[in-house]
Amino acid sequence: MNRERLDELRVRTPEGVSFGFRLASPVLRLAAWAVDKLTVLAAWTVVAALIRLIGILSVDLATGIIQVGYFVVALGYGIACEWRWEGQTLGKRLLHLRVMDERGLPLKFSQVVVRNLLRAVDTLPVAYLVGGLATLVGKKAQRLGDFAAATVVVHEPPLARVDLAGLELAKYNSLRGQRHLAARLRANVSPALAYAALQALWRREEFDETARVALFGELARHFRSLTPLPAEADEGISDEQFVRNVVEVVFGSPGAGVAAGR
Amino acid sequence: MIVDLARFVAAEEPYWRKLEALLARRQRDPWAPTTLEEARELDYLYRRAGADLARVASFSGEPEMRRRLEQLVARAYAEIHGARRGDAVRLRVWYWLSATLPQTLRRRAGALVLATVVTLVGAVFGGVAVAVDPAAKEAVMPFSHLRGDPAERVAEEERAMTDRLAGHKAGFAGQLMTHNTKVSLFALALGMAWGVGTIILLFYNGVILGAVIVDYLQAGQGEFLAGWLLPHGVVEIPAILVGATAGLVLAQAVLGRDDGRPLAARLRAVADDVATLAAGTALMLVWAGVVESYLSQYHEPAIPYAMKIAFGLVEAALLAAYFGWVGRRATKEAL
Repeated sequence: MNRERLDELRVRTPEGVSFGFRLASPVLRLAAWAVDKLTVLAAWTVVAALIRLIGILSVDLATGIIQVGYFVVALGYGIACEWRWEGQTLGKRLLHLRVMDERGLPLKFSQVVVRNLLRAVDTLPVAYLVGGLATLVGKKAQRLGDFAAATVVVHEPPLARVDLAGLELAKYNSLRGQRHLAARLRANVSPALAYAALQALWRREEFDETARVALFGELARHFRSLTPLPAEADEGISDEQFVRNVVEVVFGSPGAGVAAGR
Repeated sequence: MIVDLARFVAAEEPYWRKLEALLARRQRDPWAPTTLEEARELDYLYRRAGADLARVASFSGEPEMRRRLEQLVARAYAEIHGARRGDAVRLRVWYWLSATLPQTLRRRAGALVLATVVTLVGAVFGGVAVAVDPAAKEAVMPFSHLRGDPAERVAEEERAMTDRLAGHKAGFAGQLMTHNTKVSLFALALGMAWGVGTIILLFYNGVILGAVIVDYLQAGQGEFLAGWLLPHGVVEIPAILVGATAGLVLAQAVLGRDDGRPLAARLRAVADDVATLAAGTALMLVWAGVVESYLSQYHEPAIPYAMKIAFGLVEAALLAAYFGWVGRRATKEAL
């Protein structure tokens, strides 16, 4: 059995469409849990103060409600939020995390209940040690509760908008007007290489002069090897400028903006 | 290959927006009936967005568009393939009480029998231990008030002229409810450890129960014991057994490699039953907590033992009838 840890959960639908979800790291999940814990404590401080007002009528009744209340709030918070907000609590919303069925389907109520009830074991012996270890060693970063409910926690980070103007794009780009060439580059340049080129341009001032020339020479050679170029697209421009031109057509959005994670 | 990306986006954008609007409408009211036209449109737009995603999937640029399409297709996929029967989505309290809960326990009778047998074995062990070696009481009894002489305790309880729980009944009930619920849910959760933890907890619970029963019977305090334990015990002990049943159902799913399904599928298949039994356990323990605090702790002459015993027996009969018969008609109708 392949026990390799996955960073992404890929779902292939019966219709043959494939899409992926990035699995949340244990650190992010811990941060979301801390936010939720603080939220529950803060909410409970307010609610308990209100319940104590019942003490004017009966101190005993107020004590009874407080005894049960914290238990219900602490357990019910996760269940209610994840059911109502489709797999999110306040902490998960803040950290852009979401619980979902590991087949990419919506959560059933029973899955939400089971994964929250199983916290009793995940928190053992202290500070989520069992759950934390399970997420570290498991293939899909699942704690025991996720395992039992067949759920995963995914990370849905918003894409940061990037201003290509920071790259000092030239007014004239020899590739810009050549739609077929631009399309071939978009199809042939791998995402990893495109981001490497983008990073190289962002950090170009940090490089030693010789290393800078060598790096952009290497990148330009690789881009040139991906598709035949007409002479006018490549003539009289430096390797760095050529890479800049490629990055512009690859990342250049058909709309107004360009998005990438930096 | 998409040659003119801007043109591609301009052509497809209206369809993506239409799908987004359709999904948002479904999200606002998941139980709204779907017309045939709407279903056809959803299917068409989903397939179209899927094809668009496949076309842009290899692009290194346009991560935002790719992510947007991925999310759109994922949502549509979830909407289409995650469709469930209405009663599985919307919580219907009365139906849940009058059919789902008793039916679930009957369906899981095997695990319930195992939980009961383990408790009984523990009770026999605890009873024999105290009968053979009275000093074992010290080791077995978790609470100090159980370690003393039963006859002395009974005399003290019956002599009491004041209500010792006056002003604390609700607090005590709350304490009992939360403590017992935590223990029961813990027994459930330990089912994930192949059921070993659940079995140990059940056995230990049985040991305490057996030890207390034998201790009081040996001291000739059977009537007091029945009056003390029956009112809340006939609900509390079955509640713990129901919670443990859920744990054993989980364990069965973890261990049941022979049925050919992967572990996740086996666990997913029992999730409804586990959640139902957990909720049933909590509900029963709320009742048991109230009864223990407001009735069980009061003895003769305040409340005659016969009355308390009768109350407990009526509860036991009602509980047995509830889990034994309620919801059978609903099952037949469903068939």
